[in-house]
Amino acid sequence: MRAKHQRLVLGLLALAAIAGAALLALSALKDEAAFFYAPGDVAAAAPPLDRAVRLGGMVEAGSLRRQADGVSVKFAVTDGKARVPVTFRGVTPDLFREGSGVVAEGRFNRDGSFAADNLLAKHDERYMPPQVAGKMHKSESIEQ
Amino acid sequence: MDSAREPGYRSDVPALHALANPARFLKIARPLTPILFWLGAALTLFGAWAGLTQTPADYLQKETVRILYIHVPAAWLGMGGWSGLALASLGYLIWRHPLANLAARAMAPVGAVFAATCLATGSIWGRPTWGTWWEWDGRLTSMLLLFFIYVAYIALARADAERGGDGRVPALFGVAGSVLLPIIRYSVIWWNTLHQGQSIGLTSSTIDGSMLWPLFFTMSGFTLLFAGIVLMRMRASLAAQKVEARLKRMAA
Repeated sequence: MRAKHQRLVLGLLALAAIAGAALLALSALKDEAAFFYAPGDVAAAAPPLDRAVRLGGMVEAGSLRRQADGVSVKFAVTDGKARVPVTFRGVTPDLFREGSGVVAEGRFNRDGSFAADNLLAKHDERYMPPQVAGKMHKSESIEQ
Repeated sequence: MDSAREPGYRSDVPALHALANPARFLKIARPLTPILFWLGAALTLFGAWAGLTQTPADYLQKETVRILYIHVPAAWLGMGGWSGLALASLGYLIWRHPLANLAARAMAPVGAVFAATCLATGSIWGRPTWGTWWEWDGRLTSMLLLFFIYVAYIALARADAERGGDGRVPALFGVAGSVLLPIIRYSVIWWNTLHQGQSIGLTSSTIDGSMLWPLFFTMSGFTLLFAGIVLMRMRASLAAQKVEARLKRMAA
């Protein structure tokens, strides 16, 4: 076997090993690298109560209630498997609304509800002009 | 290398071999550089203009969405740049051709600039849409790591050259660093992330057609710009090598 071919085989083996390493890293870090708990994860295994965590999912349609003081909101986060009631006091991001994604930072209460001290809006990978969006699903826009 | 004298060598990889000759490479690269660069600049400018004025705003994000015409191509070339660097490094390790080594070194700073552009535009985009400049989510963190390994590669390649190394160590680093590319690509699928999933697949896209088309202009424009700048840098280092060799001959 010529040296060049030997190196070619070694190089291809290295590439395969690298792909394998990436796969291993991705699957091994699956829990550690998760940015947030989904309500389904919380239902399956109780999250820690003693430290700040993130809860992510969709704002359940019809669950959003603005409180009388004008700055507090209550809503439920759902991922289709379970739902978690959330309370938050502060300014919500522009993209925060029912049926849209949200990541709440805060702590779980003992009763399973979540007290958020910060909200991040999460949007999905679809981009479209308002006319198209209007045809696809009636979005209850907060504008105008 | 002894294998170079064997008759089978040339027919192995004819196209690669033809380009591997520096004189022939320069003959092609010299006229190609301005074409790639100016065509790339024109396509980018047209795409940016079209993205700013000719497309509708997003139903949810409104005008903010227009930053994607820069953010997406920058991300694509940040990752594409490292793919090129890794392939050139692999080519250098296998065929030991100095031009492959030169190409890998020429690509590193250019790819780093695109990765930095991706991070900066992503941060600016994240503030109004997500409500944060930065979060340590899987996609953002892995992209930041890619920027760091670009910087590490540049430092390593420079140190290797200063110590008179043959470039094998940076080439190995270039190949090993490509472990990040699938991680970046699949981070939004495998992990819970703040960053949304991918919009553009091989055959379909979740970006509406009326908003998508300028992206092809900026994407191909950025790619041509990348190629043009890499050729410029390769020609510059070939010229520097020639000067150095001439100075050495004069001194001797």
